[in-house]
Amino acid sequence: MSEEARTTRSIPDRLDGRLKSAVLSWPSLLLAVAVGVFILNSFASPYFLSAWSLSDATFNFTEKALIALAMALLIISGEIDLSVAAIIALASTMMGLALQFGVDTPGLVLIGIGTGLLCGMFNGALVTGLGLPSIVVTIGTMSFFRGISFIVLGDQAFKGYPADFAFFGQGYVWWVISFEFTFFLFCAVLFYFLLHRTTFGRQIFVIGNNPTTARFSGVRVERVKFILFCLTGLMSGLAAVALTSRLASTRPSIAMGWELEVVTIVVLGGVSILGGAGSIQGVVIAAFIMGMVTFGLGLLNVPGIVMSIFIGALLIAVIALPILFRMIRERRA
Amino acid sequence: MKKLIAARETWLGLAIIAMIVATDFRSSGFGSPGNLASIFNNSAMLIILALGQMMVILTRSIDLSMASNLALSGMIVALTNAAFPWIPVPVLMVMATGCGLILGAFNGVLVWRLGIPAIVVTLGTLTIFRGLIFVIAGGQWVNADAMSEDFVQYTRIEFLGLPMLSWYAIVIVAALYVLMTRTSTGRAIYASGVNPTASVYAGIDVGMTKFIAFCLSGALSGFCGYLWVSRYVIGSVGVAQGYELTVVAACVIGGISIAGGVGTVAGAVLGALFLGVINSALPVINISPFWQMAISGAAIILAVILNGRSEGGRAKVILKQAEVTS
Repeated sequence: MSEEARTTRSIPDRLDGRLKSAVLSWPSLLLAVAVGVFILNSFASPYFLSAWSLSDATFNFTEKALIALAMALLIISGEIDLSVAAIIALASTMMGLALQFGVDTPGLVLIGIGTGLLCGMFNGALVTGLGLPSIVVTIGTMSFFRGISFIVLGDQAFKGYPADFAFFGQGYVWWVISFEFTFFLFCAVLFYFLLHRTTFGRQIFVIGNNPTTARFSGVRVERVKFILFCLTGLMSGLAAVALTSRLASTRPSIAMGWELEVVTIVVLGGVSILGGAGSIQGVVIAAFIMGMVTFGLGLLNVPGIVMSIFIGALLIAVIALPILFRMIRERRA
Repeated sequence: MKKLIAARETWLGLAIIAMIVATDFRSSGFGSPGNLASIFNNSAMLIILALGQMMVILTRSIDLSMASNLALSGMIVALTNAAFPWIPVPVLMVMATGCGLILGAFNGVLVWRLGIPAIVVTLGTLTIFRGLIFVIAGGQWVNADAMSEDFVQYTRIEFLGLPMLSWYAIVIVAALYVLMTRTSTGRAIYASGVNPTASVYAGIDVGMTKFIAFCLSGALSGFCGYLWVSRYVIGSVGVAQGYELTVVAACVIGGISIAGGVGTVAGAVLGALFLGVINSALPVINISPFWQMAISGAAIILAVILNGRSEGGRAKVILKQAEVTS
């Protein structure tokens, strides 16, 4: 998208030291922002610094963050999935439908995850099998998946989930540590190893940087991308289980607009929207920042819609400022 | 003639006609001139927005902030009208367009000067603009009784049997057709999408062209802001929420390639009309409106698959592909 920007890249005559590059890396920068937001929040509201408040704050973003982990991999590989929120709606609807037939909790969870996986496979098949651009395919499936929810539910809602189903979204593992949050941390570690410590992870970066080279190097580009779409669908299914359990109801408008928030987390986390660069650490910290900003503003009685201004501005500022600084530095040099 | 048969616009047009005829069988009167005019009137804003989006997509960008831009500009003129009812409506129209232009220029500058991918920029401004509505209106709605008579009537007055809303769309379609096919700006928009590198060698400022495209899509969104508020007689935070993707869908159905450089004014208009006809036909043939979303989703997927078919041959040439990605 920005070929012009790349043509004027200067080549450094030596690499930065390891410490310097670690300090100046995107995740460190984000961490500084996160700490800043944390401190600001604790000054701004006396209620922020309590174990239960902080625990509540995690509920704000864990479901989105779960999807963001998989979305990061997908975006690094040069694709995108805008249907994730619609997958949540469809998976949640299928769970509610199964509930009407008396399916018990393990069955519900399986159906939720399975629906997510199937949706992911559908996206993956269209994108990799037919070679279509993922952004338009998933805009289509976004309407399609949520549309099915609307057909099934209309203006109704599914309620009456079993009591033990509530654990996934409302249960606590230990003291204030919720199951959902623990599960997110577990997934984050898993995705960290998958992306940064395995051959598969390296292949994702190669594909994102240059799919043609990747293909000539023997990477099965289509298969890797297909797996990533399935993974994104799967994580959306998991998020659907958590969210449905937390809300204890299903409406077709569930998780409306989340796709853009998930992409915001991923991009804020330093993943290049053009593909080929990014890290799980960054995405995890970005999720925390998003969660804390919204929760902190919520404590200050700032309406949700005004918060979105901060999130949008954060997204643009975090990306624009480094570019601006670099431009100013280059002008001086 | 051969060209006409090969053009996807022809097929899309035939599909629309087939849909109208089929619906007319189920419920006669659907294909009557009066009803067709009202379908066109209902699709007028989508047509205008799809044309704006088309220009942006042609330059290999995307504008996801259009619906928020529309809602913000609409809210600004609605509040102005409520506070100063004596300001003539044409001034308000210019004002709405100007607001949209400024918002679009903001997107454009970030894409042009900082080289930030358009999808990121407009994802950010999508939420910022929407939030600003709440801030400037203080969470209030602007209702029908707060609007002046003229403000509401300027989209409704009939001229030669068509409401003004339709005429605005017709004028804009004609103007943009001339812009895209008869001016150097139009050629530059196509060229910078087909091959940015070659465009630079040909003396086209690709960044600037993107900026212009964003300004135009912003201005059209702003103008639609007035139209929307006037037509639905409501100014609120929720105006046109999620509509940005419907606009993209209209473009995709109209055969505008998301990869840039491919697409026509006729395609965008037909894409918007296609969605408009579906929306009008469903209630007539007794399909619950809840089906609408899934059907338009299926239509988008189908359109993308058909688009991919016609472009598939080209994508297999490896050297060409390498040239584009380098």
